[in-house]
Amino acid sequence: MNDAQMIQTDLGTVLTREEICQIDAELSHVPYKAGAAIDALKIVQAQRGWISDESLRAIAKHLEMSAEELDGVATFYNLIYRRPVGEKVILFCDSVSCWICGCDGIKAKISAKLGIDYGETTADNQYTLLPVPCLGACDRAPVMMVADDLITHLDEDKIDQLFSDVKAKDSVSVGEQ
Amino acid sequence: MEKVLTRNIGPEQTPTDLKAYEANGGYQGLRKALSDLSPKDCQAVISDSNLRGRGGAGFPTGMKWSFVPMGDSCTPGHKYLVCNADEMEPGAFKDRLLMECDPHQLIEGMILAAYTIGADLSYIFIRGEYVVAIERLRGALAECYASGLLGENILGSGFSLEMNVHPSAGRYICGEETALINALEGKRAIPRAKPPFPQVSGLWGRPTIVNNVETLCNIPHIIDRGADWYKTLGLGEDAGTKMFGVSGRVNNPGCWELPMGTPIRDLLEVHAGGMQEGLQLRGFLPGGGSTDFLLPEHLDLAMDYNVIGKAGSRMGTGTLIILDDQTCPVGMVLNLIRFFAHESCGFCTPCREGLPWTRQVLQDIEDGRGQLEDLETLAYQVKYIGAMGNTHCALAPGAMEPLQSALKYFRDDFDRHISGGCCPYESHKAHQHQQIGTGA
Ligand SMILES: Cc1cc2nc3c(=O)[nH]c(=O)nc-3n(C[C@H](O)[C@H](O)[C@H](O)COP(=O)(O)O)c2cc1C
Ligand code: SF4
Ligand code: FES
Repeated sequence: MNDAQMIQTDLGTVLTREEICQIDAELSHVPYKAGAAIDALKIVQAQRGWISDESLRAIAKHLEMSAEELDGVATFYNLIYRRPVGEKVILFCDSVSCWICGCDGIKAKISAKLGIDYGETTADNQYTLLPVPCLGACDRAPVMMVADDLITHLDEDKIDQLFSDVKAKDSVSVGEQ
Repeated sequence: MEKVLTRNIGPEQTPTDLKAYEANGGYQGLRKALSDLSPKDCQAVISDSNLRGRGGAGFPTGMKWSFVPMGDSCTPGHKYLVCNADEMEPGAFKDRLLMECDPHQLIEGMILAAYTIGADLSYIFIRGEYVVAIERLRGALAECYASGLLGENILGSGFSLEMNVHPSAGRYICGEETALINALEGKRAIPRAKPPFPQVSGLWGRPTIVNNVETLCNIPHIIDRGADWYKTLGLGEDAGTKMFGVSGRVNNPGCWELPMGTPIRDLLEVHAGGMQEGLQLRGFLPGGGSTDFLLPEHLDLAMDYNVIGKAGSRMGTGTLIILDDQTCPVGMVLNLIRFFAHESCGFCTPCREGLPWTRQVLQDIEDGRGQLEDLETLAYQVKYIGAMGNTHCALAPGAMEPLQSALKYFRDDFDRHISGGCCPYESHKAHQHQQIGTGA
């Protein structure tokens, strides 16, 4: 981001020209600005990886709503991150069919391998581990997503292969998801 | 059996593009409707076909559409059609396949549904994790706009429709249709009070129909080939075919299109290939995570809404979850309740406070800290959290369904946990862990 791309707001928080452009395109679909709240959060998160307090205030101002009201929306949805996440988010399915097929053991294996539990990020900032509702691939259980990839029929070897470059180090906690 | 919903879906599961879809009869239903049928005619055909909603509740689709104000009885403004592609019910995995492999079938169904109810704007509300389906649907929409199947004056008929893919930001409750509408409006996805029903006052206060993916995929075929043909597809009292699925420890888990009324035994033994070696069938949830358990003695029942209803459960999504004899029923119910407690939107007290309480009681029993009184507590919770009307939406009553039937059918297992002070399946679990743990 360079200065020319930024638009200063009087709260001292900034949205880029690109972000504003995309948000404004969404505004044409809604009768009032707050109606684009979730879209705006997703647009900013796509650029920055997560929604910081500063981003939240900037979006709220742009949508003419209070930061508290927007935070109520942001914290409701599990794919909007209000804390920093690693480069890749692991969405781990621990719903019923995956549970029957042994996902608890796989989860333990991932945690041991990466040194992180739910809501935590590896020290090298590569991975954040989060639980997710049934991924709609129960016939290929156990499953998870790593970034945008669905990985099915998980077993111990697959976990070893997937994370072969990762050494378990001290993890950084980003708290409850 | 004739393949209807999956006629373009082969074993390789490659998606159909517009050319391939049209070459196999695609958009015939739409062409027929736009040239020969009025919206009223279309509504009548769908009503006559006895199509019931595939989203879980089985509400008759034609009747639902008939509540939308039409013509002079409708105030001027937009009407909306929304496809519910949220699919997050634990154990449900049928809509993903339909969208990833044949996106045009869904789009044609949506154009026809919109034409019938007079909608000019439509959305596919899809869970954000379905990245492949999102990309393929967007590609298919672009093909439609480029060839005059969407946008202004579709195929010269005078009917116009805009369609958008709207990826969700998450949360299971977004699948509840009024919560979904709130999510589309950029708010927290908390279910709305009904009435008013969305058919009359939905998105932005305007008439809105929300239908499941699979429901909408049926529409082109019914319009093209008629209600009578559609009714002959079912084996029992329900019409058409259905996407059925089986998950759990069976030999060949999967999802297949079969006639409505297919016996459960066929699903489990023929299509899913029976139980894995060394495992016995204990019970199953016939339609996803918020349906009551049924037992091996129910295997010869037909997968029809009323038949499954009379047996004390619900057809739900039609995707079976199998409980085998080496998996702990208490643990399975705990997993489900944990899910529902986590996904509660928090609006009403019995659900927000009650489900975590139930989860705690079950966790205590599973961990061997349970007392006999806990079973009374669970029965009390089933009664009060499970009663329709005590909560604002069906999430909490749905959560109680597997618990209530587990208490009835697997009471012994609860007792053994309490009297033994531990989970009697623990040795199996330890065995599993050991296998997984080797080489770590
Ligand atoms: C908690 C909850 C979650 C739901 N999730 C879904 C879902 O993911 N997909 C769906 O089609 N219907 C879901 N439903 C049902 C919808 O509210 C609605 O009945 C359905 O989309 C109507 O479509 P149909 O008439 O075509 O079946 C859910 C209902 C509840 C109470
Ligand atoms: S039953 Fe649960 S999910 Fe439904 S409105 Fe009440 S708190 Fe929300
Ligand atoms: S339970 Fe894991 S994908 Fe459905």
